[in-house]
Amino acid sequence: MADIAMATGFILILIGIFGALTNRNMLRMIVGFVIASTGVNLVMVAVGYMRGRTAPILDDAVPVADAVTRIIDPLPQALVLTAIVIGLGVTALMLAFTYRLFVTKGTLDISKFRELKW
Amino acid sequence: MVRHLFVLLLLTALGTLFFALQAGFSPDSELNQVGRYYASHTAQDLGAANIVTAIIVTYRGLDTLGEVTVLFLASTIIGMVLSKGMQKGGKVSDLPPAGELLSTGSRLLVPLILLLGCYVFINGHLTPGGGFQGGAILASAALMLLLADPLRPFNSRFIAVVESTSGLLYVVIGVLGIFVAGGFLDNRILPLGSYGTIFSAGAIPIIYTLIGLKVGAEFSSMLLKLSKTEER
Repeated sequence: MADIAMATGFILILIGIFGALTNRNMLRMIVGFVIASTGVNLVMVAVGYMRGRTAPILDDAVPVADAVTRIIDPLPQALVLTAIVIGLGVTALMLAFTYRLFVTKGTLDISKFRELKW
Repeated sequence: MVRHLFVLLLLTALGTLFFALQAGFSPDSELNQVGRYYASHTAQDLGAANIVTAIIVTYRGLDTLGEVTVLFLASTIIGMVLSKGMQKGGKVSDLPPAGELLSTGSRLLVPLILLLGCYVFINGHLTPGGGFQGGAILASAALMLLLADPLRPFNSRFIAVVESTSGLLYVVIGVLGIFVAGGFLDNRILPLGSYGTIFSAGAIPIIYTLIGLKVGAEFSSMLLKLSKTEER
């Protein structure tokens, strides 16, 4: 199960990077980045998974006493929660900057923006 | 074409790397030292049933404060970047009406979505969920209102007040932890309560409620700014 999730994550990273590098339209590049970051999150969650264990939430099904042997690693999950939120903030920023660039040049084609090119 | 060749080369290299990582990966059979500490100490030390919440709000609370700050910065910068394109309001809209289904459905669903968001962040220490998820759900209610009527006047001053008040209270609770309990953002400034009930885990429900309100207000104001911006 974790193998499939991890493989999916790696494939999503590759798809996202491919999309971000080959597309010239900035909106499509942003979609590529979002797909790649989803893949990274998926890989991180898959790394924390352990066979036969359950989510790190203690209740009647998982008593406190045998939590150590019954739950999966909570740290990757906390890390991914942070990563998702930051990823959303970065995406919103990219969209706002894309809007400003569109207003200045009237195009979304990244190859038309040559000011910082050397 | 040469560029695409480079991209394909890069992707092949990355793919080989990923394949090697995946092939050499063997999942742990037991928790590592840090994970074991969290698993065995969270319940009696902090009283939170959801260990991920305990890590995010208390053990790594400083990181979460930083995360909330990053979100705040992102929302502020979006406001700054888009401020020139903001509509001044009072403009007659020539948009087509949203349709009966969407406008009636949004009136029905928005209160329920807000309720679900509040439920998710108040129960963050017991169930999967928490401030960030709950805040995102709150903002989805704002998104629905915007979809139903893109020019709807929102009380953005109220949103700003909610955002800044909850951010300030979050830091105040954190500083209280230095004086009353063990350190910055310690949740034991309040009694831990009975384990597994809603009034447990000390200050974690309060902190997560504040985070939820702040995140919801930030996301809503981002959506508002993106929606109110229009080329002239």
